[in-house]
Amino acid sequence: MHADSLTYIFLNAAIVNNFVLALFLGICPFLGVSAKLKTAVSMGVATMLVMLISSICAYAINNLLVAYDLEFLRLISYIAVIASAVQLVEMSMKKFSPSLFRALGIFLPLITTNCAILGLALFQTAKEYNFVQSVSYALGAGSGFILALVLMAGLREKLELAEVPSVSQGAALSLMLAGILSLAFMGFAGLGA
Amino acid sequence: MAGRKRDDIITADTFLEGIWRENPVFVMLLGMCPVLAVTNSVMNAIAMGLATTFVLIGSSTLVSLLRNVIPKQVRIATYIVIIATFVTIVDYVIQAISLDLYNALGAFIQLIVVNCIILGRAEAYASKNRPLKAIVSGLGMGSGFTIALLCLGSVRELLGSGTLLGFSVFGAQFEPWVVMILPPGGFFVLGAWLLLFNWLRERKASPEMKEAVHAR
Repeated sequence: MHADSLTYIFLNAAIVNNFVLALFLGICPFLGVSAKLKTAVSMGVATMLVMLISSICAYAINNLLVAYDLEFLRLISYIAVIASAVQLVEMSMKKFSPSLFRALGIFLPLITTNCAILGLALFQTAKEYNFVQSVSYALGAGSGFILALVLMAGLREKLELAEVPSVSQGAALSLMLAGILSLAFMGFAGLGA
Repeated sequence: MAGRKRDDIITADTFLEGIWRENPVFVMLLGMCPVLAVTNSVMNAIAMGLATTFVLIGSSTLVSLLRNVIPKQVRIATYIVIIATFVTIVDYVIQAISLDLYNALGAFIQLIVVNCIILGRAEAYASKNRPLKAIVSGLGMGSGFTIALLCLGSVRELLGSGTLLGFSVFGAQFEPWVVMILPPGGFFVLGAWLLLFNWLRERKASPEMKEAVHAR
């Protein structure tokens, strides 16, 4: 597969260099929202939507900044774009799906400080992707995030019934689980370049 | 000075609580992304810790100085702009000092912006306290974060490449556990540290329960 092809970019972001399990981006929601399968899915979809919007905006803004020699403002403008994208998703969700809006609650505004989204914007700039490639990258990263979140939530729902030593309850156990998942995802490394 | 409130006084605790009782990583589980991502060697861990501490102190000072000027409605946006400014400074400084280090840390320097510790401290502490107190507390939190990074970084470098700060520790015959410097190692080592702290806390909390178990 050619390194610039859209399928390659998509698979690379979703599986080989999975944002959560290989690049350590977005660990906070990964550990925080993965207790229930249902919330995990809706959180993942919301995050993917924000990723898509902010990736497109970041692409446009970067072109503007480069044209005017203002690259030092990149970080500040990206974070402003992401905050507005989150606001946009939040408002449209409130309008079109109030039940989902209530279910996600506090986690929606917290998408702003999800480093996977800023990371995505920064990586696509560093890799100098064009518009279509950026969209493919954002879709891949979003699906990878959903995949990791759903896998983790499925495991944790089963684990609730298991008897574990009291020392290993909570975050320690989740991290060990994440380590094993990450180990499994390393098996895909051969696919990448 | 007579009007100064009691909670304005800076004690050793202002500094120390960030290191132990409210350690951002081990107790509050904040800012996990850089903790896991850049701790594959001690050098990276130190650099990341110092960079984060600088941003934490800088933004705490500015937020604390401006706490009566910033309107309530736009405070979060203001904090983020302040933090992003300091991160941009750090980004350029590290680039000037060592390009190798800059490449090793990658995007994680710029990602300090979205480190929840910094925004959390700005919102919960710096916006309610005098500048000097905010600085001392920021220094404590930053040290706590750096220590946590060092805890992870030293274990991972020791096991993963058999070295410490680049110097060989176990000698040439040591077979490195490569998995430790790869992503899964980060999860495992942090999980192990949390297990250790859980165990210590539980042992401290119930000595009599432990005796009961032993008596059986």
